[in-house]
Amino acid sequence: MGDLLLKMEGIDKSFPGVHALDNARFELRSGEVHALVGENGAGKSTLMKILSGIYPKDAGVIIYQGQEVDIPNPRAAQHLGISMIHQELNLMNHLTLAQNVFVGREPRGRLPFILDEKKINAQTQALFDSMHLRLDPRTLAADLTVAKQQMVEIAKALSFNSQVLIMDEPTAALTESEIEELFRIIRQLRNKGVGIVYISHRLEELKQISDRITVMRDGRTVDTVDAATVTIDRIISMMVGRTIYESSPEVPDNPNPEVVLEVRNLNRGAAIKDVSFQLKKGEILGFAGLMGAGRTEVARAIFGADPIDSGEIYVKGVKVAINSPRDAVRHGIGYLSEDRKRYGLALGMDVEANIALASFEQFVGPLGVVNDGKTRATAERYVGALAIKTPSIQQLVRNLSGGNQQKVVIGKWLTADTDILIFDEPTRGIDVGAKSEIYKLLNELAHQGKSIIMISSELPEILRMSHRIIVMCEGRITGELTAGEATQEGIMRLATQRSVMVATDDNSSANGARVS
Amino acid sequence: MATAETTLTTGKQSIFRSSAAQKLLAFAALIVIFVVFSILSPFFRTPENVVNILLATAVNGVLALGVTFIITTAGIDLSVGTVMTLSAVMTGLAISIYGLPVPVGILVGVLTGSTAGLINGLVISRMRVPPFIATLGMMMIARGLALVLSTIETGTVKPIYFSDTPVFRQITMGSVLSPLLSPIAPGVNVPNAVLILFIAALIAAFILAKTVLGRYTVAMGSNEEATRLSGVNVANWKTAVYALGGTFSGLAGVMIASRLNSAQPALGVGYELEAIAAVVIGGTSLSGGQGTVLGTIIGAFIISTLTNGLRIMNVPQEWQFVVTGLIVILAVYLDILRRRRS
Repeated sequence: MGDLLLKMEGIDKSFPGVHALDNARFELRSGEVHALVGENGAGKSTLMKILSGIYPKDAGVIIYQGQEVDIPNPRAAQHLGISMIHQELNLMNHLTLAQNVFVGREPRGRLPFILDEKKINAQTQALFDSMHLRLDPRTLAADLTVAKQQMVEIAKALSFNSQVLIMDEPTAALTESEIEELFRIIRQLRNKGVGIVYISHRLEELKQISDRITVMRDGRTVDTVDAATVTIDRIISMMVGRTIYESSPEVPDNPNPEVVLEVRNLNRGAAIKDVSFQLKKGEILGFAGLMGAGRTEVARAIFGADPIDSGEIYVKGVKVAINSPRDAVRHGIGYLSEDRKRYGLALGMDVEANIALASFEQFVGPLGVVNDGKTRATAERYVGALAIKTPSIQQLVRNLSGGNQQKVVIGKWLTADTDILIFDEPTRGIDVGAKSEIYKLLNELAHQGKSIIMISSELPEILRMSHRIIVMCEGRITGELTAGEATQEGIMRLATQRSVMVATDDNSSANGARVS
Repeated sequence: MATAETTLTTGKQSIFRSSAAQKLLAFAALIVIFVVFSILSPFFRTPENVVNILLATAVNGVLALGVTFIITTAGIDLSVGTVMTLSAVMTGLAISIYGLPVPVGILVGVLTGSTAGLINGLVISRMRVPPFIATLGMMMIARGLALVLSTIETGTVKPIYFSDTPVFRQITMGSVLSPLLSPIAPGVNVPNAVLILFIAALIAAFILAKTVLGRYTVAMGSNEEATRLSGVNVANWKTAVYALGGTFSGLAGVMIASRLNSAQPALGVGYELEAIAAVVIGGTSLSGGQGTVLGTIIGAFIISTLTNGLRIMNVPQEWQFVVTGLIVILAVYLDILRRRRS
């Protein structure tokens, strides 16, 4: 760790109705990875958006390289050498990688308004080489995987000669091996003296990668601690302000042999190849695999959201034809999308309307008039049963935290009286406290006899929750493990069991550090 | 290896994702339309009629070039037709009523378009009025102003003629190419308007592909927030795109005034839809990020060939509207299919 590079003090920021930052502070040395953690809404992202010029601060000072600075817009931050890589990737799909890297400051030709495309490509190539990234600068951004797009974003940030690099949840969408690759690049940068702010919900990672950890809660900075000495339990208790236990609950053997859902020889293009499996009553069936393994595609196919090429689906032993989500709901299947904001919720509507959304028929009187009393009662019941934290059922879902939004989606499917629930990444972007509540809820649902398919990229979560685990790779099921025999290593082995042709492809995935 | 992998994926998907397929399709459609009308009517393929089609394409094509930029940013401009008319009237005022030299009059017309576009851009990027509404407002404003300005001389709405300046008509209807073409194709008169269209298209293609403005046009259409976060002043560049669109409308205004040898203040409504249709038929995506100048020119030719052919077949004008409307819907539907596949 080097000298003090940056100091933020007394930072205050309010949005309409929310006091997002309250006298927050943060400091960063050169050559350090400084993790910033806290529950959703703790103010981490807001603090960093102020640092990168996206939001103006209401009060406080930023001292950078010994001087007080004013950062009114993203461009000013760039000039100072402060770059932020956002949680939602920010590449322009229609542009090439090189064009993306240099957008906003393209090298010009002889005339000042004409682009020098050759130079753009050459400089990007040099940049990729220095990071040991094997990518063609002329590829369209749309053609890359999420992980590679992220590498390109880092390359872009580096091309500003950034002294401060802020990463907001960089590993949220990455697989284990991709995370290793990311960490390799982060360490490389740290050794060059770059100060790195690392926002993450994955606490296991922090001990691996960070030097110091700052914890935020409710817009305030709780403390900054040394990563080497602090325990994860201690971080969690600082985050939530109370002690919660994160130990795994007992996963009971599943005594109920009744098969509620059976899928036979499901196929759809290259995405789903000959997928067959059974789901039993009261079971939590984990679906593990890397990004793009086809898990979401299988879920969407069963739910009727995408057409299938061939295959049969049986619900409680009866063959059913599911051609649309409506058919799926009629057969008692509910799907909770990994992107709940886009596919799971009507953000601009209130809690009550969202809970009733999938089952309005229940609430409609003979003349097509919605029975408000009945929807209100149902919504109140689920808000209570699921412990949804909301001031009232009239609150807009937009204003709830991620965990509570997820509970609203669960409430919606419970209202629709679905017995088979497919959860796609149910805890993505949800803070630790809310996560364990979601876990508890899933366990309870299974106890009540609901059958659950849980797709998750977090191995500890899969191991902790599932009765059985199905592992997919490139559209195929590569293995099935029981709760007793599954280990992280075992799952990863199956998840990377690629067909020979594609295995060569894997080597090309730009990993200077580990060639398989 | 990374390259091998990427070429593989692009090779597979880009046929549908890029607009190449639609451009090809549009070009094939143009040829089919031409062949069908040629069979149906012997007059259709005469040199005079082909020149008619070229002339009709010129004005709509120039308008559509401007609209291409705006739609590529995922915006829309409904005001191009009436801004064109306003520019024509301003040119008429400058030359015929205030007696300014022809080049000055042309400049006045083009700059009128730029100004209207600039105002569109400012209203959209600074006041954050949605493009649809902002340009709908400008459409009415320009229409009203064109009518008001035409009353300056006589007190009543009436066309302004360029009777004292015959050279003005030559700008579009003369033919600097004829002396060059006469040894190869004697008697064929390719009017200057067509030449102007092609030069304008070359300039537009250059701006889109090679300049900073073109790059940001695509970037904003692809992901506006990301462009902003990259440090690009999105408000200013978006304003510039609308001003550029307006400039093309201004040029179209001068061209139509020259072609008709008069500024017709009541003209212009409906031109915006034909221009938008040409852009969409050409394969520019309404969701932004993807624009093609060549496609737009092909699209403009499809519209004018079809209109011309239907007229020659004595299809009433009312039905021509119906056909154009159907084609626009079909083109947008193709755009949606294309996006769904990618």
